[in-house]
Amino acid sequence: MNPAPTLANLLVLGVGILLAAAPHVARLPWWVSALALGALGWRAWAAWRNERMPRRWLLYALVVFGIGAVFLSYRTLFGRDAGITMLVLFLALKLLETRTQRDVIIVTFLCYFLSLTNFFYSQTIPTGILMAATVLVLTAALVGFSGPTRPVARNFRTAGMLLAQGIPVMLILFLFFPRVPGPLWGMPSDAYSGMTGLSESMSPGDISALSQSDAIAFRVKFDGAPPPKKALYWRGPVFWEFDGRSWRPGSVPNPGDPQFDPLSPPVTYSVTVEPHNRPWLFALDLPGRVPPGAQLTADFQLHARRPVRTRLRYDMSSFLEYRTAGGSAEALAAARALPSGFNPKALALAGQWARGAGSDEEIVLRAVDFFRRAGFGYTLSPPPLGHDSVDDFIFGTKRGFCEHFSSAFAYLMRAAGIPARVVTGYQGGEINPVDGYITVRQADAHAWVEVWLAGRGWTRVDPTAAAVPLRIESGLAAAVPRGEPLPFLTRPELTWLRTLRFNWEALANYWNQWVLGYNPERQRGLFNRLGMPDTTWQTMAQMLFWAVGAVTVAFALWLLRKARPRDAAHAIWLTFCAKLARRGTARGAAEGPRNFADRAALAHPRAAARIRAIASLYIDLRYGPERDHGGVARLRALVRGFRA
Amino acid sequence: MILQPVPQFDSKSVPPSSPSGHAGATPIASAALRRVVEQTSKVILGKERQIRLALACLLSRGHLLIEDLPGVGKTTLAHVLARSLGLGFHRIQFTSDMLPADIIGVSIYDRESASFKFHPGPIFSQLVLADEVNRATPKTQSALLEAMEEHQVTAEGESRRLPEPFFVIATQNPSHQVGTFPLPESQLDRFQMRLELGYPDRAAERALLQGVDRRDLIASLEPCVTPAELLALQGAVRQVHVSPALVDYVQALVEYTRRSPDFVNGLSPRAALALVACSRAWATVEGRDRVIPEDVQAVLPGVAGHRLHPVVNGVRRTSSDIAVGLVEAVPIP
Repeated sequence: MNPAPTLANLLVLGVGILLAAAPHVARLPWWVSALALGALGWRAWAAWRNERMPRRWLLYALVVFGIGAVFLSYRTLFGRDAGITMLVLFLALKLLETRTQRDVIIVTFLCYFLSLTNFFYSQTIPTGILMAATVLVLTAALVGFSGPTRPVARNFRTAGMLLAQGIPVMLILFLFFPRVPGPLWGMPSDAYSGMTGLSESMSPGDISALSQSDAIAFRVKFDGAPPPKKALYWRGPVFWEFDGRSWRPGSVPNPGDPQFDPLSPPVTYSVTVEPHNRPWLFALDLPGRVPPGAQLTADFQLHARRPVRTRLRYDMSSFLEYRTAGGSAEALAAARALPSGFNPKALALAGQWARGAGSDEEIVLRAVDFFRRAGFGYTLSPPPLGHDSVDDFIFGTKRGFCEHFSSAFAYLMRAAGIPARVVTGYQGGEINPVDGYITVRQADAHAWVEVWLAGRGWTRVDPTAAAVPLRIESGLAAAVPRGEPLPFLTRPELTWLRTLRFNWEALANYWNQWVLGYNPERQRGLFNRLGMPDTTWQTMAQMLFWAVGAVTVAFALWLLRKARPRDAAHAIWLTFCAKLARRGTARGAAEGPRNFADRAALAHPRAAARIRAIASLYIDLRYGPERDHGGVARLRALVRGFRA
Repeated sequence: MILQPVPQFDSKSVPPSSPSGHAGATPIASAALRRVVEQTSKVILGKERQIRLALACLLSRGHLLIEDLPGVGKTTLAHVLARSLGLGFHRIQFTSDMLPADIIGVSIYDRESASFKFHPGPIFSQLVLADEVNRATPKTQSALLEAMEEHQVTAEGESRRLPEPFFVIATQNPSHQVGTFPLPESQLDRFQMRLELGYPDRAAERALLQGVDRRDLIASLEPCVTPAELLALQGAVRQVHVSPALVDYVQALVEYTRRSPDFVNGLSPRAALALVACSRAWATVEGRDRVIPEDVQAVLPGVAGHRLHPVVNGVRRTSSDIAVGLVEAVPIP
């Protein structure tokens, strides 16, 4: 049986538990956090005052209560959130029955596992740092439990040494472990809730809600100079169907092929999209290639096969000037459809435009002109709209966000008989001067309109740009009137903060690209650069084996070198002992030279005199006051010539 | 070679080892020691190892605690050692009603000189046998232990030095016996060494039963060394060479006790000092001028046994078990 853990080591474990559980606290039901804190406090009190711990029946009751409450909270006991809640709960309760060393070691291992589950939620650099600290504290606690009398500071040093020694192996495993595309195990189905991004429909207010978010949608790196900001229309979902309030994708009959004639040379770039749990991939209007595993729809949307649940990187090229091929009659009819019984004033206005114009282009130009002159204002908190939302907006409030502008414009176009559809996506982006990446945030979400013009195909019209040119030219912050709430980091006055942020984001991006985004392609690239193209996973596994083996042997040699005696006489003595050991007389580790010589002399009577002479000389050299190098040489000669 | 006289013993400064490196057991000194051992072994039969350990403890200027059952010869051993070393000897039988003054002495009014005159107690003696020390009350015990540590006593506000050399051999019954006040750990630490005598073996006991009366035998003993020789021997002990390799070994032992989960506390620096001092004395008794690991192993049970407290584990382990386990567990570097 082992002694009960000491107070100091229990405190270290307590800190470890707090560190491991802290990132989860915001996601746990409050009563779990309270219960866990209570258990921690109880255990600390018991350790401090040497009080008894709760009785067993109370623990059983708490376990039953906890399982029931978790089930009531989540309606399941499995899955990511419920599972982690159970883990925290059991960890807290286990803490209340830590009497022996075995118990605290179990708790420590549970904590290692609990801190690992943080990766289900976040894989950023701060998470990594926090987890490294957690693992250090937990390891120090573990060291402490096996040596209760050691000072805590030394435990931390030992733990740090242990972890530092693991770093080479970690690097080798990271670089050479054969990568498989996608995660090694399936995440529970509830792991992807709560991600922000564009949605499958557009109603007034959707995008302006999104525009309050600093979260990054994707990052782009152009091969060469990036195009001007006002050309950066990142295409997302396209909406065909309007029900008077919301725009939806609709079902387009006979959509045709996504064909167009490029009118300008392509721009090439790579996109790293953050997970948003929807299938869209973003590309500049219009995408000139399709990433592997994705497809291009008839209205030029890029769709991945599965919702994007991990960070995804793909190479793209786009043509900024283009002429699309002819749409089918059914598709054009769908792009003229209007719900009846809405917005009489807008219908009248569009009818008036249509009657007075000679061509579709002229109608479009008139409409754009109308948006430019009618005194529209841009706001992130638009006033609510009534039943006739377009009428209310155009003739009433006149204040809105891009979805109001695009929705109204598309409605007017359809009312005037011109096929129109709403395209959502992102506009612009911010170039990071540190690493040259363009960061596109949720706040850059945008909506615009495409109208069908004979001879030109689908043509982009951005009514927001017409009404509020600043939004496209200078970004969101310039377009919004003073005093309205803005995402914190887009505020113009915080220049130093922005510089700091640029550096931090470049670092985070580097982490994403090279650490988190170290996928099979990157690994292949590394092997190519090492001069080993076409490496199979078998070869990688072999390399892994040999590399880890080499590191282990290197460590072992280092340790052995440290353990080898520096005293020459002692080294010769050990050779002598080894010789005798081969003759069947091995020296015990705690056997002194005189005792050993006596025993060996009994075992080898013919060599007795020589054995005693060697032992006596060794004792003189090692334990005597003389420091005589001639003695060492004599000892060496004696041992070399020794045959038992 | 003639012994270099070492007149002054200052416990703070360790004299440097002599340049010739042969300050250890001279023929005369070791002969004297051999005579002491031989003479004592004639009275205490079959216990030569314990006698040598006791002698080593006294040579290292340490006090000795002998712990065993009544009647195995604790008092006799102390008595014989005192006679053989030619030391002034006093025996104090400790009882539960004893007061500190019974040990230190009292001042009594002298009518002729019309003043108080100090009458020294039995502690003013070169070798004090404190018999059954754990039967006295803690107050009396601490009076004795203070004298042991300071080599002086304070009575009526005046400090009086004790004679040199000054040894205390204390005996005690195992503390689970009735009517004892066990010595606290801090006071146990004052004893350089603790010995257990144990029952004699069959042959020794037979010789004892057939032999002469021990009291007559003790009365006939002659001193084997003079007090001056004894002081010189103590000086020689401190010149015995301790090599760095040996210090490594002592440190390995001490560190092991501090790291090991088997003990409540590790060995203190004072215990480490005692270990080195006793190892030197043991080497002297063995007639060597350098300490080798075997010397450390020989004195380790006596020095560490009463200072280490095993974590209680169901089985009661004796101090010698502990020390043997300790020796086995720590490789000689």
